[in-house]
Amino acid sequence: MEEMNTIALLPEMVLALASVGALLLGSWTPRHRQGRVRLLAVAALLVALAVTVAFAVAGVGSHGGGYAVDAATHAVRVAVFAGVLATVLLAADTLDAHPRASEFHVLLLLGALGTVALAGADDLLVLAVAYLLASIPLYALVGFAKDGAGTEAALKFFLLGALSGILLLTGTVLLLGAGGTTGYAGLASALPGAPGALVAVGTVAVLAGLLFKAGGVPLHFWVPDVTEGSPVPVAAFVTTVPKIGALVALYRLGDQVLAGAALDWALLAAILSAASMTLGNLGAFFQTDARRLLAYSTVSQVGYLLMAVAAVDGGADLARPGLLFYLGAYLAANLGAFAVVHALRARTLEEHTGLFRDHPWLALSLVVCLLSLVGTPPTAVFVGKLTLFTAALEADLGWLMVLAAANTLASLFYYLRWILPLFRPSREAREEVERARPRGRWSTGTAVTAAAVSLGMGLAAGPVLALF
Amino acid sequence: MLSVVVFLPLLVGLVLLAAPRPRDGVVAWSWVAAAALDLLLVVGLWAYYPAAAPDTGLGDFAYEERLLWIPSVGASYHLGVDGFSLPLLAMTAVLFLACAVDSLRQRRRARAHAVLFLFLQTVSMGLFSALDLLLFFVFFDLSIVGMYFVIAGWGHGRPTRSALQFFLYTFLGSLALLLGFIGLYVAADPHTFDMVELTAGTPLEGRGLAGGLVLLAIGVGLAVKTPTVPFHTWLPPAHTDAPAVGSAILAGVLLKMGTYGFVRIAMPILPGAWVEYAMVAVVVGVVSVLYGSLVALAQTDVKRMIAYTSVNHMGYVLLGLGAAGLAAGERPEAASLAVTGAVTQMVSHGLLTGALFLLAGALHDRGGTYDMGSYGGLAARAPRFAALAAVAFFGSLGLPGLSGFIAEFQIFAGSLGPVPVPTALALLGILVTAALFLRALQRLFLGGPGPCTARVGDLSARETAAIAPLLALSLLIGLAPHFLLDRIEPAARALAALVAG
Repeated sequence: MEEMNTIALLPEMVLALASVGALLLGSWTPRHRQGRVRLLAVAALLVALAVTVAFAVAGVGSHGGGYAVDAATHAVRVAVFAGVLATVLLAADTLDAHPRASEFHVLLLLGALGTVALAGADDLLVLAVAYLLASIPLYALVGFAKDGAGTEAALKFFLLGALSGILLLTGTVLLLGAGGTTGYAGLASALPGAPGALVAVGTVAVLAGLLFKAGGVPLHFWVPDVTEGSPVPVAAFVTTVPKIGALVALYRLGDQVLAGAALDWALLAAILSAASMTLGNLGAFFQTDARRLLAYSTVSQVGYLLMAVAAVDGGADLARPGLLFYLGAYLAANLGAFAVVHALRARTLEEHTGLFRDHPWLALSLVVCLLSLVGTPPTAVFVGKLTLFTAALEADLGWLMVLAAANTLASLFYYLRWILPLFRPSREAREEVERARPRGRWSTGTAVTAAAVSLGMGLAAGPVLALF
Repeated sequence: MLSVVVFLPLLVGLVLLAAPRPRDGVVAWSWVAAAALDLLLVVGLWAYYPAAAPDTGLGDFAYEERLLWIPSVGASYHLGVDGFSLPLLAMTAVLFLACAVDSLRQRRRARAHAVLFLFLQTVSMGLFSALDLLLFFVFFDLSIVGMYFVIAGWGHGRPTRSALQFFLYTFLGSLALLLGFIGLYVAADPHTFDMVELTAGTPLEGRGLAGGLVLLAIGVGLAVKTPTVPFHTWLPPAHTDAPAVGSAILAGVLLKMGTYGFVRIAMPILPGAWVEYAMVAVVVGVVSVLYGSLVALAQTDVKRMIAYTSVNHMGYVLLGLGAAGLAAGERPEAASLAVTGAVTQMVSHGLLTGALFLLAGALHDRGGTYDMGSYGGLAARAPRFAALAAVAFFGSLGLPGLSGFIAEFQIFAGSLGPVPVPTALALLGILVTAALFLRALQRLFLGGPGPCTARVGDLSARETAAIAPLLALSLLIGLAPHFLLDRIEPAARALAALVAG
């Protein structure tokens, strides 16, 4: 086995140390002055980002020890750290003087660490550990508000998470039995000769765990309830960031282990992709609550992202860059939309009526982010969709491409249901909400930045895609 | 240079957006100035357009610009103009200037209105000069987004509903188009979205079903935008509820994006498939001609009537292009004549329909309704209005001396040889169009006064300044078409040769 390059794990170590540090700092800080924990978290994230960028530029990598540090890991690190940073800033509006702010930040950092580890794992046991690290802090985060809806959501999230965690471990055991090892390289050579049924059951069980993290059909039932029940920054984080790790893990699994196995990986992934995008869209159609709408829209986005996982086998050299680019684009657009929801504290779509007149920048940011989720050029998701559509066609999955296009059209309908009221003259409903709750400055800034990133990534797609 | 022409309007729009609370008058006049400057630049492009060598092949473009954009998917920022795009660029610039002048007294959210139209102008100019499929698609999609906000924000009646229907329907078309483009990209070796390279390589030539499927996707995408029967159902509500300037741009410029796509993409990149399925285009064209004119005849709403005549007029374009595909092998002269006619029809329809919709808007501003039965005897009260409307009506029905005649005559002359029966049927469409325009003329301007006649005064100087130049240009093309045909014909000949193989 190759030797592991420990230095390459520096960003993860920074994050781990920062979460321990934040816990200690929080414990010795008076309850009303917890703001300094946020500063620590932001500083740690910035350091980790800087180290990652430096490593990516210098080409530092590592293989062996069950953990791969390559271009994909670098990209995931950047995306996850940026996503957590955005969440921390987003939460600054409501958590500024919160007595349990340090808990929030510690859990967030630990969840992010787990997400990065998911993406880097190339051993099933590391994957399982990463899964637990990425899940357990989030159960607590979802119930952070300690209210009825949050508790219900946390319980639902936890039960489904525990179930899929067990399935993931079962799958690991089955694949270990079939291949005699848990390392991806060893499995790739051993699985083609192993009993087909055993491999199939093991793979499906592992998939279940990862699909739960990604929020894809058929393990998506937690998504709407968690999004609605948890505080908005947590909802933004849970529906956005863990997906990055889970989808890259799925891609790695397909690319490195199962492409040659007896199982028809491409078909399995394509069916899951088709189901996710279609059912997510159907769920979103007539939602009146902005957060539930976003929740179902994230389920359908997982479907588009799974196209890359399905196309892994067809020799499509666009699948990996497309997946990474799409993940970044999705991160910006989805966080931007959640930031607008958080800034306004508006719940229903109706409450957004007249937003353009009152807060033109927020309204424009929301329009950019939602159109980006649709995939309208020149936003970033358009380039992501374009590359994944192309990858699917090259992998002989023409039917999936056509279905994805049809779903894109259908998704336009519900995003427009949200965009339309923004430009109508405002009614009483929103003015009351407005007066009762001032809009958040941090979240407004986050929303505008996310929209700008969405546009910028789309316009500068060439250089960004070339990085992967 | 071309980039300046394309992005100048957007730049002015962004400046307006950044300016701290500009007065409405400043906004309106800067919009007019920007549109006028852009038109001046296009006139410059026209004047210095390199004289075509006799053996110019398609793929010779003037003012070309090419920058890397997304190299990993083979897309570049590639602009250039030829004999097809230059006339459409000019028509676009003229029409946007007319709309700017017409909107000088816009008071409802004047700044957002001006910025949106400047954005739409950049998008339209960009589309007509794009030489990369992806760039073309980006502009194609953005035109939908821009027009959606125009209808939803400044429309009347049930604007949000119509805008939603418009967006969903035309977005469907653009997605079909995207699928077709991806098909072309994957088929090309090396993979590319560049139109010039694809035209040179024609990657799907002789690939049977694949070529047919890609042509189907692209054809459906463009047919929705054009629109042709049976994809036209979004058009009447969108036009009825859009503001007058929005309708003028929608019918005058945005519809041309569909027909332009046929001559720029479908025919040169898929020549074999186009020849094979040309009869489909002919049939769809003839059905659009007849259906559009008959439904227009039944309308009492003047704006809906004009909208349906657009379906009719775009039908002629498709008839000409289909006939060109069938004629290309044996009768290259007929094919190039039909293509020339089709492109001339795009320009002519843009000018005339733009004028018609602006006139309808002027009528609505005064009388508050589009119902023809509410008016009557307007000729006595509003002589200038009546005169301009009469010119526009006669131009639209194809009276010699105006641009419509030049276009339709060439289409029919080119199509009669290869497809005699459909052409004869399409001629009936002219008859019905003539009947419906004459009837509308009678209802609005002659006879006794209707309930709303008293409210209608004559056109103001602003409205006249917006509408009269459009009709003057149509008259100029009708009387001395050479300046236009000299640009179109070489490109049409080259396209006919290319389709012939």
